[in-house]
Amino acid sequence: MHIIKLLIRNAFRHKLRTGLTILGITVAILAFGLLRTVIDAWYAGVEASSANRLVTRNAISLVFPLPLSYKEKIRQIEGVSQVSWGNWFGGIYIEEKNFFPNFAVDPRTYLEMYPEFRLPPDQMSAVLRDRKAAVAGRKLAEKYGWKIGDSVTLKGTIFPGNWEFVLKGIYTGRDKGTDETQFFFHWDYLNEGLRKAASGRSDTVGFYMIGIANPSLAAPISVAVDSTFRNSLAETLTETERAFNLSFVAMTDAIVMAIQAVSFVVIIIILAVTANTMAMTARERIGEYAVFKTLGFRTYHIAGLIFGESYVITMTGTALGILLTFPAAEAFGDAMSQYLPVFIVDRETILMDCAAGLLVGTLAAVIPTWRAVTIRIADGLRRIG
Amino acid sequence: MPPPIVSIEHVCKSYRRGSQIVPVLEDITFDIPEGEFLALMGPSGSGKSTLLNLIAGIDAVDAGTIRIGGVDITQLAETDLAQWRALHVGFIFQFYNLIPVLTAFENVELPLLLTSLSKKERQEHVSLALEVVNLSDRMDHYPSQLSGGQQQRVAIARAVVTDPSILVADEPTGDLDRKSAEDILELMERLNRESGKTIILVTHDPRAAKRARSVLHLEKGVLNAHHQAAH
Repeated sequence: MHIIKLLIRNAFRHKLRTGLTILGITVAILAFGLLRTVIDAWYAGVEASSANRLVTRNAISLVFPLPLSYKEKIRQIEGVSQVSWGNWFGGIYIEEKNFFPNFAVDPRTYLEMYPEFRLPPDQMSAVLRDRKAAVAGRKLAEKYGWKIGDSVTLKGTIFPGNWEFVLKGIYTGRDKGTDETQFFFHWDYLNEGLRKAASGRSDTVGFYMIGIANPSLAAPISVAVDSTFRNSLAETLTETERAFNLSFVAMTDAIVMAIQAVSFVVIIIILAVTANTMAMTARERIGEYAVFKTLGFRTYHIAGLIFGESYVITMTGTALGILLTFPAAEAFGDAMSQYLPVFIVDRETILMDCAAGLLVGTLAAVIPTWRAVTIRIADGLRRIG
Repeated sequence: MPPPIVSIEHVCKSYRRGSQIVPVLEDITFDIPEGEFLALMGPSGSGKSTLLNLIAGIDAVDAGTIRIGGVDITQLAETDLAQWRALHVGFIFQFYNLIPVLTAFENVELPLLLTSLSKKERQEHVSLALEVVNLSDRMDHYPSQLSGGQQQRVAIARAVVTDPSILVADEPTGDLDRKSAEDILELMERLNRESGKTIILVTHDPRAAKRARSVLHLEKGVLNAHHQAAH
């Protein structure tokens, strides 16, 4: 007779109670896993940041532009290996609910600085040849059924008018963490349109992306860039891409904290449910534990029985919760792809699920074990009959 | 007269009930020779089950000593006492106290899990014990699939499977019909007669006491009379 067999039989002695407890744990672990994945998705942009990229923007605010002429001055700063530039375009595809990030960029330099966006060479050549060319991420193209050669019209919100593009490239991500929902096109095309409209907004950019060969020099290079434009009409603020992306996440810090709090509350609730189940179990079996002790079983044997049973219940629920997390995350990720483009269940989340299951299993067994091992055998035996 | 296997000297035991201390056993002294079949009788609350628990090492004395096979069990630490119980005492309870999720075989095997016996050796011991109680054909049955008498026989097999020095039985026939009770008593008598097991039996039932070789009467925690049963 193996101890595991006894633990499993004990755990399923009250099938309905154990089944409901396992169901509760499964749902809790599923919710915990999804909430942790939401948080990870929130930080996906930060995690995808490269240490080799700096972002320079107007020191007053991101909404104020910088002159295009800065590009040559930045290029001359020591340590700078590449410079690209762009604007947040903020166009709408057909209707407002069809949100996706869209940028006007210099495709050649931009794609060189973003090797994680993989574009086949023939598509790259086609993009560079055509000023109206646009590139979309794989997920975005799939979502709207776009194919190479399709016309895509975006309605400008920051830059008024209907802007027509021809899809010449569809990029794929280098890894699962790469955002495949972006859309970008030639900054020159935008600039020409602005010149024609004589709006006075031409020859300005929203941001510069600066490539650096040595990430350890990010701080002095940032200082050098900002010093170059100090006391000019458009002073700059340069920071690492990670810090730049983090500043956006920081705006929604309260939401992230709330999600984090809820994820832990879920675990506390399920701890209470499991602890109740284990307390009932131990109370009902106090006589049996007394019999075990009478037969010569020691304190650690009794503790092993109770902890083992608690782990059988919690880890079964945890395993089911983890198994369900993957399809649930896929469905959730598809539904939320325009807001959370990278929605992947992280290995760390699975480890946290397991840790939560173990923690619940351990804590739920502590008090029942203490009661079972401290009760006098004679008192325990009196509970039978 | 064989040497005593159980030697009880000036044992006192009391329980706390709220703020009151209730004496249960007062200055109990007697010996039980090896191979004895002793019945402990007395009215409810006389302290006979408490005395049995003390002899079996599942409760602690307030004062006095209990020597079993030369070992003063009142001086043993809890861990050592558990080990001692596993080796030297077999228990038979009124309500059988089998583990409901284990088969008859697995219930009997339980005490052997604490020994260093191999799986094969354990199987041999369990089979033999079930044979002794005439339940070889029920070894795969769960307690719920057995009658009360059969469950008690499984409990007896569990008690003897480690070949302990003494068997203690607390009202072993209290929950059985007359026929089953007779069978159980006969089995215990046979264990005493043929295997030489020392048996201490707590009972209310004079018929059960008649099977014993000697009877001790307890009343209000005091030993009242000790007489040899007629055999």
